Amino acid sequence: MDLKEKLVSSFLAFENSVDLDNPVHDVRSEAIKNFEAKGFPTKKQEAWKYTSLNNLLRTDFSIFPREDNALEYKDVKKYFLHEVDTYKIVFIDGVYSSYLSETTHDGVDVCLMSSAFTKPMYRATIEKYFNKAASKDESLTTLNTAFCKEGAYINIPKGKAPRKPIQILHFATGNEASLMLQPRNLIIVEENAEVQIIERHQSLTSNEVFTNAVTEIFAAKSARVDYYKVQNDTNVASLIDNTYIDQKGKSHVSVHTFSFGGKLIRNNLNYFQDGEYIDSTLKGVSILGEKQHVDHHTLVHHAQPNCESHQDYKGIYGENSTGVFNGKIIVDKIAQKTNAFQQNNNILISDKATINTKPQLEIFADDVKCSHGCTIGQLDEDALFYLQSRGIPKKEATALLMYAFANNVLESVRLPELKIRINKLIANKLGVRVGFEL
Amino acid sequence: MLEIKNLHASVEDKEILKGINLKVNAGEVHAIMGPNGSGKSTLAAVIAGKEEFEVDKGTIALDGEDLEELAPEERAHKGIFLSFQYPVEIPGVSVTNFMKTAINESRKAKGLEDMPANQMLKLIREKAEMLEIDRKFLSRSLNEGFSGGEKKRNEIFQLAMLEPKLAILDETDSGLDIDALRIVANGVNKLKGKDNAIIVITHYQRLLEYIVPDFVHVLHDGKIVKSGGKELALELEDKGYDWIKQEATV
Repeated sequence: MDLKEKLVSSFLAFENSVDLDNPVHDVRSEAIKNFEAKGFPTKKQEAWKYTSLNNLLRTDFSIFPREDNALEYKDVKKYFLHEVDTYKIVFIDGVYSSYLSETTHDGVDVCLMSSAFTKPMYRATIEKYFNKAASKDESLTTLNTAFCKEGAYINIPKGKAPRKPIQILHFATGNEASLMLQPRNLIIVEENAEVQIIERHQSLTSNEVFTNAVTEIFAAKSARVDYYKVQNDTNVASLIDNTYIDQKGKSHVSVHTFSFGGKLIRNNLNYFQDGEYIDSTLKGVSILGEKQHVDHHTLVHHAQPNCESHQDYKGIYGENSTGVFNGKIIVDKIAQKTNAFQQNNNILISDKATINTKPQLEIFADDVKCSHGCTIGQLDEDALFYLQSRGIPKKEATALLMYAFANNVLESVRLPELKIRINKLIANKLGVRVGFEL
Repeated sequence: MLEIKNLHASVEDKEILKGINLKVNAGEVHAIMGPNGSGKSTLAAVIAGKEEFEVDKGTIALDGEDLEELAPEERAHKGIFLSFQYPVEIPGVSVTNFMKTAINESRKAKGLEDMPANQMLKLIREKAEMLEIDRKFLSRSLNEGFSGGEKKRNEIFQLAMLEPKLAILDETDSGLDIDALRIVANGVNKLKGKDNAIIVITHYQRLLEYIVPDFVHVLHDGKIVKSGGKELALELEDKGYDWIKQEATV
């Protein structure tokens, strides 16, 4: 039985664990039908031309994790951004761990999707937002919708900001030989409200994990959201990360994606601008080696006038790694005075590494500024000579230059502790001997 | 200290240096002047070991040791320093961190431990003060968004930190106003001693009023066509380079 059949036939068993009378379940039922009709994407589809799921789909993943897996904080501390006080929503094999978490209802809601789905007090909000930004026909998204049950639920009311940043962590214990996880997050940031979120998926053993995540983010008028995705998983972990962002006027949403490890990573990052004077920021740093694969598919849909989007993705690919960048920008006819900027720069440090990069612009308005550029290259020889002439050996000089190249993207990170952490990750990843106090 | 004999160098099969002979002793300051395209910057880069240039003939020796097989960083470890005409911008690496890396790599090459942090800090502070460099400047990304003058001052700061045996200043005066020029020259002069030497590459005589050379050489079409004392620089300032070119073709 292949994975699709297994999933479809498991839906009945899944239904035993949820409330069938809940309106959410109608959405799930609709979604499983859609997934059944479409199935997993194949390389024949343009959007999946460079990323094959075949290998993954041959694995016999468990779909329902055991509920009794536990972890000690000291064993996983290093995966937390512990240098700063944060709220934490932690899942172990897809199951909420109250022991490792710190949630709140103090003026803001930082809690669980399972509560939001089932408690009457959240019903109206769920009805208003749940699955409203996510795609109804992209097959992996519908698969997640069909099985959605748990994840992070964050609601920041008008004018509020949580006292501290929020971390969402997903650990896979490896107690199952191979496990499929489908977390579902809903983040609602109301007018003039603000939030900073850090998200990470981490597997702890050499047993295979396949995560198909969906996050919906709603940023109301003048809201500010900074979302940081730290993707530094092991070589047995694959992640398909689907993020849907709906922005209203004058809001600013930034997503930084740091892809430093994993077997296969696919980021589908979708922005919809539904208001004027919106700012959307999409940044990414990918540093991969071995046979790792990362695919960034971004979509920014400018549907109203006077908005901006800034995309800057940097990639460093070594050994047999492969990278994909596909940046799609749609500017509707009424979206005059749009300013859309897109940049993708890559360095290949091995003859066997590959990058496929493609800007995709669909512009229907006539008074817009859209710039895009992609480069694939080696390091600047003059810069290398400059460093060498100061006594820095070629190998270290090369690493330092790559560090500088990648580091550029970090300027817009607004959480200093995270910036330092990522800085160090980049330095380690590139073998830079920097006695840096950063 | 430095001895260059019959040096021929080319880039992409185009010969640029066509037989340079130059001897620089410890304690001396040499100026190399010449019109644009005469090969001044190439000579500096070849001494520092830039790989893009091919040495076709001749030798460069430092303290009797042939440099030909040495990588740029090895030459730096032996005490050669090149102040760049166009310093490269390195975003994300602060001036301080860059200097620490450079100094500790040089120490590592000599089998020494890293310099203790407090000693490093003291050294940085001392040299920054000498060059009237603001402390804020030291935490900025190396050369990124620096003005022309700031870049040059930063080069001399690095020179002061690394205390090389042989300093080559490639057009260090370009982009400097008169005050900055004085500060930079003052910094260079403080490093002058009986054990090290300086080669100043310049198009104009201006810098030589502050860093006074013992010898002036005129480079034209890849060769040193005239050498003399500091008065030669004044003569060039006065008469331009045309008479040199004519003399050379005769």
